[in-house]
Amino acid sequence: MVDLKRSVLFPVMMLFVFAGLNYILPHTFNAYIQTLIVYSCINIILAVSLNLVNGFTGQFSIGHAGFMAAGAYLSAYLTMNHAHWAGSSDGLNFFFNTIAGGVIAGLAGYAVGLPSLRLKGDYLAIVTLGFGEIIRVVLLNIDAVGGARGMYGIPKTANFFWAFTWVFICIITIKRLIYSTHGRAFLSVREDEIAAESVGINTTRYKVQAFVISSFFAGVAGSIFAHYLSYLNPSTFSFMKSIDVVVMVVLGGMGSISGSILAAIIITILPEALRPLQEITKIDFRMVIYSLTLIVLMLAKPQGLFGKLELSDVWKRLSEKSLGKKNG
Amino acid sequence: MASEVLLKAKDVTIKFGGLVAVSNFNLELCKGELVGLIGPNGAGKTTAFNLLTGVYQPTSGEIHLVGLPTLDVRPYELSQRGIARTFQNIRLFKELTVLENILVAAHQHVTYTMIEAVLMSKRMKIEERAMRENGFELLKIFKLEDRAHEKASSLPYGQQRRLEILRALATAPQVLLLDEPAAGMNHSETHSLMETIAEIRKQFGVTILLIEHDMKLVMGICERILVLDHGITICEGVPQKIQRDPRVIEAYLGSSATQPIGHAP
Repeated sequence: MVDLKRSVLFPVMMLFVFAGLNYILPHTFNAYIQTLIVYSCINIILAVSLNLVNGFTGQFSIGHAGFMAAGAYLSAYLTMNHAHWAGSSDGLNFFFNTIAGGVIAGLAGYAVGLPSLRLKGDYLAIVTLGFGEIIRVVLLNIDAVGGARGMYGIPKTANFFWAFTWVFICIITIKRLIYSTHGRAFLSVREDEIAAESVGINTTRYKVQAFVISSFFAGVAGSIFAHYLSYLNPSTFSFMKSIDVVVMVVLGGMGSISGSILAAIIITILPEALRPLQEITKIDFRMVIYSLTLIVLMLAKPQGLFGKLELSDVWKRLSEKSLGKKNG
Repeated sequence: MASEVLLKAKDVTIKFGGLVAVSNFNLELCKGELVGLIGPNGAGKTTAFNLLTGVYQPTSGEIHLVGLPTLDVRPYELSQRGIARTFQNIRLFKELTVLENILVAAHQHVTYTMIEAVLMSKRMKIEERAMRENGFELLKIFKLEDRAHEKASSLPYGQQRRLEILRALATAPQVLLLDEPAAGMNHSETHSLMETIAEIRKQFGVTILLIEHDMKLVMGICERILVLDHGITICEGVPQKIQRDPRVIEAYLGSSATQPIGHAP
């Protein structure tokens, strides 16, 4: 039996909120801001899902872009070749094609994870890096999905409703997993694998599962990306894209969902927020400032913005501090 | 006395390259026993523990846990079959809380799936509550319940050692391997630990194999003792026999010593 109030009522309510926002936001913001919002959503999904592997389970994966690409291309291919599920509603088609993209990415995660998660840190990183590149090169050479020219004309079915809904699904799934016995199992793998095994945790199984869940959501993010930009090119899903996501996770704090969300938003918006500076000075300082910001933040707070805490923990600490001062 | 043999090692040898760390190790641990494993540093005691818990696989020989062979069985599965251990150099989950360390060990008895976790099913809530209640009860044994929500790394050394014992107990083992549980403790703490180990044995019905350097503790509570030196079992028997055995005395104190082990000079 499932807890009806939380499991059904709350999500359904949120769906209505998202539908509402889907209507309001295009009337409130211009296209540029709208793009930033959707890109932030995509990056939040990428960062939170990667955090499950890198932050909570303590594995070193730098191939997230490969899984994103797998999901992007498969879902776009299904849409473009008129894969019709559940009748002809565009939105629902997008939903199911996105799931398909996620599943393919998850399967890829399984294929990559199972053999390589026995490897230690650096070696695993190299395997994931290699996999990301393999995906990119394979896609580059498949004409049916456009190869080097890319895939054009993907229907722009990713709107605010779907972007917010998938962000919500991703965050809720990972948060609830973390706050369960399975989450503690993931954390134990990060903390001390030998000790974890000694108390009955199947560390390989949990590493692979973290990988698969994480890859699924990367595929979902890819699908949203494909159906928003309407164009896909393998060069988007390079090693640098994987590094971008790693930066978000490290900046936000490895092991903090709130941190990943905040960092994803900052990393999406910061280069754009610096654009006026470029226009005024006619010099592109953006990369310099962006990089400097990251360096300064890492020096000041190497644990990341939130470290291992969540927003609720930080809130508690702040309120305890101010209460302490009052009673002082 | 036909007591069930829970843990059995037969002619177990392990070599690391050219080094023979443990040679022809034999052990028959019967249900309810409290056996000691002693020897100078580097004798191979912790290596023996690693063999018995599946961290190492023997080069030759066989190990059976609750009647089943441990060959190529991973440590987590041996844990699920009923063996638990503590570590010489404390391996707590540092960033997790005191209670969470216990809960991780209780994970193997939990049945709710990941999907149920995401859906927050009733079974999840019931099992989580039961886990936490049992966890708290366990913490009370060493009076750690007030620190349940503190990070494990914030505990003082002695309490970290005790927490590790509780964590091992949380797996509901049949066999418990304790690796130097009294390390770093003073006399009164050691005495208190002795009593607690006896209590644990009674309350949980657990069979114990104990590595220790503190001779008072070992001679005080162990029914039977094995002595290792350079990987070889040099003596085995009741404490009185071990204390007087010349080979044991030589291993610990050098060949010129004549005093039995574990007595004040």
